[in-house]
Amino acid sequence: MREVAVIGIGQTRVEEHWDKSLREIAGEAVLLALQECGLEQAESLYVGNMMSGSANRQQHLGSYIADWVGMRYTEGYHIEAACSSGAAAFRSALMAVASGSVDSAIAVGVEKMTDSPGGEITTQLATAADADWEADMGLSFVAINALIMQRYLHEYHWSKDDFAGFSINAHANGAHNPFARFQEPINKAGYQKAPMIAEPINLLDASPMGDGAAAAVLIPLDNIRKQAGQKLVKVVASTAATDTIAAHSRKNPIWLSAAEKSVKQAYNQAGISPNDIGVFELHDAFTIMAALSLEACGFAEPGQGPRAAIEEQICPKGRIPISTRGGLKARGHPVGATGMYQIVEVVQQLRGEAGETQVERPVYGMSQNIGGSGSNIITHIFKSE
Amino acid sequence: MEIPRHWRLKKQRYGLVGEVCPHCDAKIFPPRDVCPHCGGEAKTAFNFSGRGEVYSYTVMHDAPAGFDQNTPYAVALVKLEEGPVVTAQLTDLGEEQPRIGMPVEMVTRKIREDANERGMLIYGYKFRPVLR
Ligand SMILES: [Zn+2]
Repeated sequence: MREVAVIGIGQTRVEEHWDKSLREIAGEAVLLALQECGLEQAESLYVGNMMSGSANRQQHLGSYIADWVGMRYTEGYHIEAACSSGAAAFRSALMAVASGSVDSAIAVGVEKMTDSPGGEITTQLATAADADWEADMGLSFVAINALIMQRYLHEYHWSKDDFAGFSINAHANGAHNPFARFQEPINKAGYQKAPMIAEPINLLDASPMGDGAAAAVLIPLDNIRKQAGQKLVKVVASTAATDTIAAHSRKNPIWLSAAEKSVKQAYNQAGISPNDIGVFELHDAFTIMAALSLEACGFAEPGQGPRAAIEEQICPKGRIPISTRGGLKARGHPVGATGMYQIVEVVQQLRGEAGETQVERPVYGMSQNIGGSGSNIITHIFKSE
Repeated sequence: MEIPRHWRLKKQRYGLVGEVCPHCDAKIFPPRDVCPHCGGEAKTAFNFSGRGEVYSYTVMHDAPAGFDQNTPYAVALVKLEEGPVVTAQLTDLGEEQPRIGMPVEMVTRKIREDANERGMLIYGYKFRPVLR
């Protein structure tokens, strides 16, 4: 396998892009990523997206986006893995380049959620779960996460307020990210007063939806003529694992087995340990998921995830900075685009381009994208050189 | 609504018919033909008792399309006494608040009504507190 570097990134702000279509926002991210590295096109294109078939009445996004960005004749595919579609697209692009099959690839994650009414989007999000045995019973995707959080509070004796720090950190960081959906800090009182969605999950535990796209260009490391002072970001690990589609089928519904499996393999591939990770963009779709990710990835003992937030270990100056550009909570969670936003943000950190929320000289950065309630978990580790 | 998909599941939805593994005796619900414990083939039907306890719960205030006229309603992970955990609505709670550990039993109830499509009704299992 060849070593692969990320040489261009692009993103749109996560918001309600009423005046723009799915292909316009995806095209914007792709063209920004190409412009940044001076390429006109790439040999293959992978479009991560969860729900365009129902939300936008459009599938076949490989051809759709290639056509739009002037890359007719390029190879192109639509990659779907629910909320982990973005990282799945990146991993597909990576495998294509690393294998030697192509010499350049673009991964773009895109989701255009505001074309459909909220109730329909709620139904569509639930298709990430088991239709017959979870969604048909009247559960939303939030409800499944609420069941996990409620049990977690019960078993480990945390109170709901102990999760406030995850949301406060995300919003504090998002305030400095021009691409974030929310750019206002919040405080503990605000968290406590937020309206309940499905107890114990309130509005400030949950990430907001939105429209957005983020993209990256990948080429073999050997094809880069490095310029003096230029920081290169190479991919040093890419792993994925599935788990049962329904949360109720897991031996322990409050432990992310697929995260543990994929991250262990990722640390092995990179030849590092959790202590080497300088920045971690995790999947804080809900505050409980941030806690469970930290535990599964070796940054907290089982049941002790909230402590990392309470002790501010997760802040940009802390031991394990997370959600440094706002995370899903404040940057926003345009479902199939999220995994690509995480990767773009890790690249920004490794290049030293993260502005006010720059982590001090990270060498390794990790992103982890979770599909469903923990049923598909993709981990990437990047290194700055 | 996709009628064949719901029709196909009637034994499970009305009677909690799952499977028992002939190799390791694990009880399996919903049926999946491959035992999740030992990986062996498991196609022997098994009738669950319908008794269990609440493993976790939440209350839905913001429901998916087709369920919105029922809000608020409680949903739960129910641990069946034979082992498996199922996702279901709680019903007949009256003044009682759902709680983890609450003993519950299965009842058949209307789960969903689709006004747009020829008044089709979906029935299935819900769980209610065990009457003391
Ligand atoms: Zn077995």
